[in-house]
Amino acid sequence: MPDPEWSKTLKKIQEQFGDHVIEMHNQLGQDTVVVSKSVIFELARLLRDDPELKYNYLMDLTAVDRYTRKPRFEVVYHFLSLEYNTRVRVKVPVGEPEPEVESLTPLWKIANWLERETYDMFGIKFRNHPDLRRLLLYPEFQGHPLRKDYPVTGRQPLVGPKDPQA
Amino acid sequence: MEVDKGGGPDFGFFTSRLDKMIGWARKYSIFQYPFITACCGMEYMSVACAHYDIDRFGAGLPRFSPRQADVLFVVGTVSQKIAPVLLTVYEQMTSPKWVVAFGVCTCTGGFYDDYATVRGIDHIVPVDIYIPGCPPRPETVLNGLIMLQDKIQNQKQEI
Repeated sequence: MPDPEWSKTLKKIQEQFGDHVIEMHNQLGQDTVVVSKSVIFELARLLRDDPELKYNYLMDLTAVDRYTRKPRFEVVYHFLSLEYNTRVRVKVPVGEPEPEVESLTPLWKIANWLERETYDMFGIKFRNHPDLRRLLLYPEFQGHPLRKDYPVTGRQPLVGPKDPQA
Repeated sequence: MEVDKGGGPDFGFFTSRLDKMIGWARKYSIFQYPFITACCGMEYMSVACAHYDIDRFGAGLPRFSPRQADVLFVVGTVSQKIAPVLLTVYEQMTSPKWVVAFGVCTCTGGFYDDYATVRGIDHIVPVDIYIPGCPPRPETVLNGLIMLQDKIQNQKQEI
């Protein structure tokens, strides 16, 4: 049900993707939308191309591991409209065992590296990504360190003693 | 009237041991290789520039090729990913060579007790002098440099 307090962004998203919106709110002037992962690409395209929104800048793309919650992961997108000076945060729940969402690289080139980092740290795959490799860690690294079930001191040295506690 | 000069010969000479002599020469001609990865680099610059001026100790000329250097200054956090590079740099240096761990990250890993950071570069290369601090004050670095000079002076000199 549309709230009269909602910004034009939230109203527009509700209008176009009402069936897929899981939750949306505006708290302290910050718009947040939780949508199902099937529409994230189309939603991002709407945010970028709609002349009333013009979210032309993908500021951040990362993920959160909720661990005990189902679905386990949340991919978080932060968009900024340089035209209207508005921001919106979009969250997409992604479940196990094969966490995967659509890549935004065709829309924003910066999504390439942001998605590689998210893949590196959380093991979330991005469909249609041109080059999904680890960004920060080395190719020999096993596992994904920002997952909550990865040990904090799980060292995997390339040289030197192999003892992980060293 | 003749002045008594103390009975010594009237030409100057001194005696020394070859080890001492070479040590003296080496300790005042340190060519360092700065391996800088993090914020300690700022402190290294402050030490190397005019205010603290390590040229006073004969260590003023950094060589940016490890093949020309004899002291490896490891400055800043060393991650597991860059550790093989550090080892390669060390192996490229010619003997005699010394290693200085500059800052607490290189000494023990500091507060980075995590998957990404090496817990002290002595897991990878042998270290001669540890300079603690986050970052160390320039005075601490100079103290460490003087200790390194003492070490160079007093060790057995390989030729």
